[in-house]
Amino acid sequence: MSTTFTVNGREVTVDADPDTPLLWVLRDELGLTGTKFGCGIAACGACTVMLDGMSRRSCVTPLSTLDGARVETIEGVTGPEAEVVQAAWVDINVPQCGYCQSGQVMAATSLLQMIPKPTDEEIDNAMAGNICRCATYVRIRQAIRQASDNLEA
Amino acid sequence: MRVAPDNTVTVLVKHIEIGQGANTGLPVLVAEEMDADWSQVRAEAAPEDVTLYKNLAFGIQGTGGSTGLSNSYMQMREAGAAARAMLVDAAGRRWGVPATEITVSKGVVSHERSGNSATFGELAEEAMESEIPVGVQLKDPADFTLVGTKVTRTDSAAKSTGQATFALDIYRDGMKTVALLHPPQFGATVVTVDDSAAMQVAGVRQVAQVPSGVAVIADNTFAALKGRDALSVEWDTSSAETRSSAQIAEAFRAQAQPGAGTQVEGNGDIDDALAGADRTFEAEYLFPYLAHASMEPLDGVIEVKDGEVDAWIGSQFPTADNQTIAGVLGLSPEQVRVHTMFAGGSFGRRATQGSHFAAELANVAKAGGDGAYKLMWTRENDMRGGYYRPLTVHKLRAGLDAEGNITGWDNLVVNQSIMMGTPMEAMAVQNGLDPTSYEGSNDLPYGFPAHRLSWARGEAGVPVLWWRSVGHTHTAYAVETFLDELLEAGGKDAVEGRLALMKDERPRDAAVLRRVAEMADWSGPGTGDTRFGVAYARSFGSYVAQIAEVEDRNGVPHVRRVWCAVDCGVAVTPDVIAAQMEGGIGYGLGHALYSQITLDDTGRVRESNFDTYRSLRLSEMPQIEVSVMDSTANPTGVGEPGLPPIAPAVANAWRSLTGVSRRDLPFVNRMS
Repeated sequence: MSTTFTVNGREVTVDADPDTPLLWVLRDELGLTGTKFGCGIAACGACTVMLDGMSRRSCVTPLSTLDGARVETIEGVTGPEAEVVQAAWVDINVPQCGYCQSGQVMAATSLLQMIPKPTDEEIDNAMAGNICRCATYVRIRQAIRQASDNLEA
Repeated sequence: MRVAPDNTVTVLVKHIEIGQGANTGLPVLVAEEMDADWSQVRAEAAPEDVTLYKNLAFGIQGTGGSTGLSNSYMQMREAGAAARAMLVDAAGRRWGVPATEITVSKGVVSHERSGNSATFGELAEEAMESEIPVGVQLKDPADFTLVGTKVTRTDSAAKSTGQATFALDIYRDGMKTVALLHPPQFGATVVTVDDSAAMQVAGVRQVAQVPSGVAVIADNTFAALKGRDALSVEWDTSSAETRSSAQIAEAFRAQAQPGAGTQVEGNGDIDDALAGADRTFEAEYLFPYLAHASMEPLDGVIEVKDGEVDAWIGSQFPTADNQTIAGVLGLSPEQVRVHTMFAGGSFGRRATQGSHFAAELANVAKAGGDGAYKLMWTRENDMRGGYYRPLTVHKLRAGLDAEGNITGWDNLVVNQSIMMGTPMEAMAVQNGLDPTSYEGSNDLPYGFPAHRLSWARGEAGVPVLWWRSVGHTHTAYAVETFLDELLEAGGKDAVEGRLALMKDERPRDAAVLRRVAEMADWSGPGTGDTRFGVAYARSFGSYVAQIAEVEDRNGVPHVRRVWCAVDCGVAVTPDVIAAQMEGGIGYGLGHALYSQITLDDTGRVRESNFDTYRSLRLSEMPQIEVSVMDSTANPTGVGEPGLPPIAPAVANAWRSLTGVSRRDLPFVNRMS
C-alpha cells in the first residue's frame, strides 16, 4: 500500500507496511536521519516532528494515518521561531551528546509558534515530555527565553 | 591536525565526543598554542590508531574516568605549538625574514617590518616542507587568550540542526537492520528457536542464533522489530541468576557485619574507639542497580567484504572493539577499521571491558555473511541488558565523645566487583581489592582518631559496570549523609564542622567548601519551608562542593536551587565545565529521586523503558549556579565529578525538613 504526504515541503509516496511508524519511514525510507529513536513508546520526545503544524511523536504515528499530511522534520523546519530557537541553542551551547536535541528544538519551536512569550510554567509544561539524559535542561530553559526575546525584537 | 588551504584547522580528537565536550576542549588547547582564530577550528574523531591516539592514562585508545582533558593537556598544546612553529618557518622562508621577527594572532601570520602577512591556509602547503620541531616552547599559562574563555562548542550547530551523525545514522548500500532478542534472565541460554512466524514477516531475511541471543536480520528496522516480536524461544535458566534484587540485597546485608570483609585502610583502634565512645551511631544504606539509559541505545554498523571490515560504533574503547571484532571474524586487527561516531550519551555504558556489543555486532556479521548490518538495541534491550551500577550496601558506625567530636569511623562496603573476572582485573585489582567498589569511602578529606574502611565482595549473576562517577555514586551519599547526622548530633554546623575535620594537607577541599558556602550565603539548614543541605566530594582529581535548596512537594524533594563550586585545575573551557556540573547534578538528582533497576522473583528485570525507569524532566531541574575556582594546576576531570555531591546535599536538606534520614534510594521507591 502506498501513502502520499509531504515532508519538508516535498511530496513523497511511500510503499511500506502501513503499520510502520513515521520515525522509520523518515529514517529508513527517506534518508532523513535527524529525527532520533529513543524509546518507541512516546515517552522521551527524541522523535518529535511537526505533523500538520503540531508537534508529534513520530515513533507512534503509523504510516497509514499520513495520507495527505504535512510533515516537517529538523532538516526542514523553517520560520522565525525555528530560526531564533536554533540560534539560541548554538549561542548558549545547549547540546551535550546532542541526541535528543532535534526533538528538543522541534518542541521548543512548536511552543513559540503557539505561545511567543511563554511563562516559566508554560515552558516547563511544554518541554516536560522531552527527556534529556545529559540534563541540559537549565540551558534549554535559558535558550527558550532568549529565543522568545529575539522573536519579539 | 590538518591545516587546509581553505584556512580551516581540523583537530583530530582521540577521545569520543559523548557530550562531555572533548571535541571542544582538546581543540581549544591546540588553537591556543597555534594562535588560531576559534572560528576556523573544527573537530573530527581521530581514526583508530593506538600508536598515535592512545589515552596516556590507559595505554590503549580509549575514553573514560574523566581523563580526556587531563591526559591530553600537554600533548595537544605541544601539537599546536609545533604547528605554529612550522607555519612561522614557512612564512620566514617565503618572505626571507627571520622567524624571530614573525608574529601570529588569530590565524594570521605577520611580519611587521616588511608589511607581509598570510593566513594559515595560505601557508599550509609550504609549512609541510618544514621539519616537525621537537620541544617547542609552550606559552606561559598567564599568557593564554583562548583557554579560560567561553567558546562555542564545535558541535553545537550540527547538534542543533539534526546534522550530527551518530552510529544510528549510518546507512550503507544493501544494509540490513538487525534486532536482537536477549535472554529474559542474566545467564539464560537458548534451547530452541521457533522462527516460523518471524520468517513470515515481510522483509525478514534471516533468523540466527548468536552467543548473546537470537538475531533477526531484515530489510528495514520495522521488519526487524516485528520479526523479533514473532519469535518463540525456549530458554535454559539452569545457570541463570534467578534471584530477585530484594534477595540479592538481603544476601549482601547478611555479609555486612562489623569486622567482615577485607580492610582497605585504617588508623587507630576502631573497636576501642567505638567501645569508649560517649554515644555510638550505626546506619545501613542500600543502593539499587542503576541503568545508564543513554538517549541513544547501543547500536552500530558493520560492513564485511572480502576479509576487510569497517565498523561504525560510538566506541569508548576502539582498540578493544577492533581486537574483539577481529577475533570473532578470525581476522587480524589490521583488517578491521573502527570508526568512532558521536555517541548519544554514555555515562560509562559504552566503555565495556569485554566489548560485548562489538562482539555481538561481529557475530551478527558472521551469521549473515559478507554485507552491511546495522544492529540496533531497542530501549528495552538497553534497559534490561545489564552492566548496571552495582547494587551496594554500606554499613557505617561511628562514635562521638562527650564534646560531640567524632572519635571513630567504621565503614564496610558490600557489592559486586566491576573489575574482577574481566580483562582489566590484572591492571585494576591489587591485594584482592577492587577500588571501583569503594572509591570515595577511602582517602577521606576528614581526619578521625580511629578509622577503618573494609570491602566485602558480593556475588550475583547480574553484569555490572562503571556508571557516571562509579564508586562515588554511592560512597559520597553514605559518607556525606552519615557525617551530616554526626555533626548535627555533636552540635556542629555542617560547613564549619566539615572544615574543622579537613586535614591540613587538603587546602583545595576546604577552599571549594568555603566558596560554596559564600555563594549560597550559608547559615545552616534553615527553619522554613525550604531547607539547605551541603555535601562535598573529590573524585577523578577534582574537588566539588554543592548546596541544595529543597522543599517538600507532595512527599517528594523538589530542588529549587543548587550552588556548585568546582576546582578542576586550569579551567580550559569554563562553559563546558559549567555544563558538565549542571549535567552531573541533573543526572545524579534524577536517579536519586526516581530510578532503580529491580529483578522480580524469577530474576527478570521489571523496568523496561522510560515509563518505568523514570528520568528527571525539565520541570524538575533546579536553577544552578556554578563557580569554577582559579587554578594553575594541571586540569582534572569534569564529566563525572559534578554528580557525587548532589544526592547527599538533597538528602541532608530533606532530613532537616522532615526529620527522615533516607538510607535507601531512590527517594520515590515504587518497587519496595
